[in-house]
Amino acid sequence: MVRIEFLGPIAKTSIDIEASSLKDVALYLQQDSELSVWLDKLAIAVNDTMVCDLDHILKDGDKISLLPPVCGG
Amino acid sequence: MMVEIYDGPLDVKAIFSNWLDEGMERNWGAFIPFVGIVREEGGIEALSFDIYEPILNTWFDDWQAKANKRGAILKMAHSRGDVRVHTSSYMSAVFSPKRRVALELIDEFVEDFKANAPIWKYDIINGKRVYAEDRSTPMNGAGLMSKKD
Repeated sequence: MVRIEFLGPIAKTSIDIEASSLKDVALYLQQDSELSVWLDKLAIAVNDTMVCDLDHILKDGDKISLLPPVCGG
Repeated sequence: MMVEIYDGPLDVKAIFSNWLDEGMERNWGAFIPFVGIVREEGGIEALSFDIYEPILNTWFDDWQAKANKRGAILKMAHSRGDVRVHTSSYMSAVFSPKRRVALELIDEFVEDFKANAPIWKYDIINGKRVYAEDRSTPMNGAGLMSKKD
């Protein structure tokens, strides 16, 4: 299992899913209609490191963070 | 050196004074602080901020390494939670032996801070917290989850 965390303004609690790569996570999230407005704007981190590769391999216990558009300061 | 995070508005004078004291003990030629102040506009009472610290600190460490390579160091402080108008939510600074490096770095650093630091801004209007979506920027690499393959 991997854990998906939704950061900032996405009002959603964490979920645990079976996934062997980020591609599996993308396919799962694309089924969720609540997330459709966010998907093309989210950046992704695995275990707090930013990742840009959909083929990134996941292992049991990994934490995937979804980061919506930012605005500090 | 970590990002300094404070609940509520920054105590600008105290933070500035701490940074100045640290800097004066070393042989820096230039110290350039930047202070962001919450403006009264659009009927807001305050801004409010969420921060994801693990990635903020990694992002800041990368910038610190870039600054160190140019002989400089960076400082940064940011608020978490509500920050009322006419107070400060963000401070950063560069110490450098030479002014040119400091001037360039503060510009590059503050611009990337706006684009890639994992901080989310909300307007407080009539007591309600509303995500500042129209002023927010997707981070580098955003959109991965909308791809099919």
